[in-house]
Amino acid sequence: MSVSTLYSLVGSSLFCLGLYGLIAYGHLLRKILAINVMGTGVFLILVALAYGSREISPDPVPHAMVLTGLVVSVSATALALALACRVQENTGSTKLTEDGSD
Amino acid sequence: MVPTDMVPVIAWPVWIIFLPLVMAIFAFLFRRRGAQLGIVTALGLVPALSGLTWQVLGNGPQQYAVGGWGVPLGIDLYADGLSIIMLTMTALVGIGTTIYARGYYSPTGEAKGTHHHQDPSLFWPLWLLLWAALNGLFLSADVFNLYVALELLGLSSVALVALAGGPSAVAAAMRYLLVSLLGSLSYLLGVALLYFAYGNLSLGLLAQSMTSFPASFAAIALMTAGLTMKTALFPLHFWLPPAHANAPAPVSTVLSALVVKASFYLLLRLWFQVFMNAVTPSAALLLGILGAAAIFWGSVQALLAQRLKLLVAYSTVAQLGYLFLVFPLAQGKGTGFSAWSGGLYFILSHACAKAAAFLAAGTVLYGFGHDRIDELAGITQRLPVTMFAFAIAGVSLIGLPPSGGFIAKWLLLNAALAGGQWWWAIVIILGGLLAAAYVFRFFSRAFSYVEEVPVCRDLPWSMELTALALALAAMALGMIFTQPLAVMEIAAPLSGPVLTGGLP
Amino acid sequence: MRTFSGKLIIIVLLVALVGLLSWAILSLPFHGASLRAQVFGNLGNSGVSNPVTAVLLNFRGYDTLLEIVVLFLAALGAWSLGIVRLPDTMHPARPFLLALLRILLPAMVLAAGYLLWAGAHAPGGAFQAGAVLGSAGILLLLTEVQLASIITNWPLRIALTAGVVVFTGVALGTMILGGHLLEYPRGWAGTLILLIESVAAFSTGITLVVLFIGGRPSKSDPSVALKTPEERKEQL
Repeated sequence: MSVSTLYSLVGSSLFCLGLYGLIAYGHLLRKILAINVMGTGVFLILVALAYGSREISPDPVPHAMVLTGLVVSVSATALALALACRVQENTGSTKLTEDGSD
Repeated sequence: MVPTDMVPVIAWPVWIIFLPLVMAIFAFLFRRRGAQLGIVTALGLVPALSGLTWQVLGNGPQQYAVGGWGVPLGIDLYADGLSIIMLTMTALVGIGTTIYARGYYSPTGEAKGTHHHQDPSLFWPLWLLLWAALNGLFLSADVFNLYVALELLGLSSVALVALAGGPSAVAAAMRYLLVSLLGSLSYLLGVALLYFAYGNLSLGLLAQSMTSFPASFAAIALMTAGLTMKTALFPLHFWLPPAHANAPAPVSTVLSALVVKASFYLLLRLWFQVFMNAVTPSAALLLGILGAAAIFWGSVQALLAQRLKLLVAYSTVAQLGYLFLVFPLAQGKGTGFSAWSGGLYFILSHACAKAAAFLAAGTVLYGFGHDRIDELAGITQRLPVTMFAFAIAGVSLIGLPPSGGFIAKWLLLNAALAGGQWWWAIVIILGGLLAAAYVFRFFSRAFSYVEEVPVCRDLPWSMELTALALALAAMALGMIFTQPLAVMEIAAPLSGPVLTGGLP
Repeated sequence: MRTFSGKLIIIVLLVALVGLLSWAILSLPFHGASLRAQVFGNLGNSGVSNPVTAVLLNFRGYDTLLEIVVLFLAALGAWSLGIVRLPDTMHPARPFLLALLRILLPAMVLAAGYLLWAGAHAPGGAFQAGAVLGSAGILLLLTEVQLASIITNWPLRIALTAGVVVFTGVALGTMILGGHLLEYPRGWAGTLILLIESVAAFSTGITLVVLFIGGRPSKSDPSVALKTPEERKEQL
């Protein structure tokens, strides 16, 4: 198995680990971190499969996709953290209540 | 149909995307001019959209190579019948919501429910960015560009939900954001698999080279999972009712009428144009079953809802279920276009009707300070125009003639019966009955005659009239159906007669 | 998750998902189709020599434009969540941090400038430079420097929107001049890309600082009890 395939499999494992964390944990900060782990998994798959070889340079389009995805991910995480702060200020707890309606 | 290249100078798609974007920046810089900039956007989009519709009607689908590079190296903008329908829906609801919000957020009428530390002038940049994201999504022909547009749409929706302030809105926004991000990441993983399987990111080229790789199956599964989450398909609908019910009135309108349709539009494009060779009938059946479950569950919850906005939000969950019936119905022989046009008609008329319903509900909340259904007896005497608008919207939601909802359901029923899948017809009819039940539950209260009518605040006339205008639009769709159907035919991926048997 | 059996079901489903993804990845052709050839073929006309920058700022520049809008939108969203009072005295005195920053900050600005410039021919570019600038700004926030008096309303708004404005201006300008959207005129590509990247880097840095603040910054009210970011973090 080549190195790039190995890393891409690691990336898919990260994606699923993050998904487990998102579903299983109730604490908002852990959910946000889990989303970040999932995002990292996707980016790892993109970068790993873009690898050419010692002679061929890597494919630049997935690298550009990862850069764009990173900025989008940072923006989303920042907004999520600001919202989580507000939830904690409003309700005093760091978990979302089960009952969604007012 | 091979799309024709657009003349660069009169590039309507670019103006349609960039006008709201530029106005959003101005609305952020010039806080006091927000409402006026919104009106300018609404007025400016009308000629641009008319121009694009004229071109598509005359010359067929249009494409525009951003950067001059063309696919597969660059990004293309693409407009066909489906795009025009979605853009028109966005413009109709957008214009109505802009006029409504101008009254809702006017300095004379302090909107109830906005806490003092939340700045209502930020509604305008957020809303205009959402509009730009919608337009960008409906015109893009590049899967990765669609991801960025989806994220733009999701983040602006979340920020708008949180604008209402207060614990329930902020919690609903947090839940919405987490679900939205999960959906987008799932979609992005699908995009990554598609790129490594086929070597490009363009919808058109992917459609041409699609084969049954394992990666194709994984990609469509991931993208469908992500997009159905964003469209609140049962059982992943739990985020929608609190978000739509607790958002400010103009925001609930846009979310229910437009934002959820955007991810569904993307599902339609992927299923019927890109992944045609890779989808299986069993997957379509699964979506149909979940859609039927959504219809029943959403209607039951709407019947049980205590608050008016929550009732309307659950109604959205139910009505979105109908849309997912398009997937199994399109599998029938010869019923392809009937199902396709039924789905599009449903999207269009539901957008107008649901927008009218949420605007009306928002007016009720604004006027009476609360929206608990049990205490809303006799409000028709205070808000006759608003309740009339709600009634017309209800007619379309139930699917009674002569509304747009009726035409949509008729097309879907026809597809079900002609294709031999009569069980979907039962679902559609039962869904209509349930919708009648929850609509009348509210009406029996509101239209009842009581001695002491609750006191209502003065409110701007624009709020009542926009609800009425959108409700009448839903009704008009029931009476003028040849033009919309003609537009839907342009580059439609499914062919066949509109109706087998013809209209009475 | 409340129950153990619930967790078990989730774990089983996720293992199946890992299996599906692995099967999909392992079945991909080893050196399948890609856009390498097109990118390297058109690299000469793109105005830069680094292929990733060419893809980001030229071939797929529209994606980058939307991404800058997303970043601005996040700041706008955080801004709309409420006002965060920047206290006049941020922390108890941290002499070591401030002394370190006296050396570090100019180096960081220089590094950001280098990353920006290097983006044309090596890995680097607007976002990398913007991230370094943002970090510099955040470090400054953590010291006793009275940022509350420096951050005022209008310049901050202009700084936040500058990246989007310049990029959109260039994009629409190229269209008005007769080409397609974002189709740089011949020979001007490198200059325009540098212009866009410089303003975007600056804007990104300011946006990251606003995102760190987590709301709309405003001057402090001495009578209001202050919550330092550390206290917030402890509660969260």
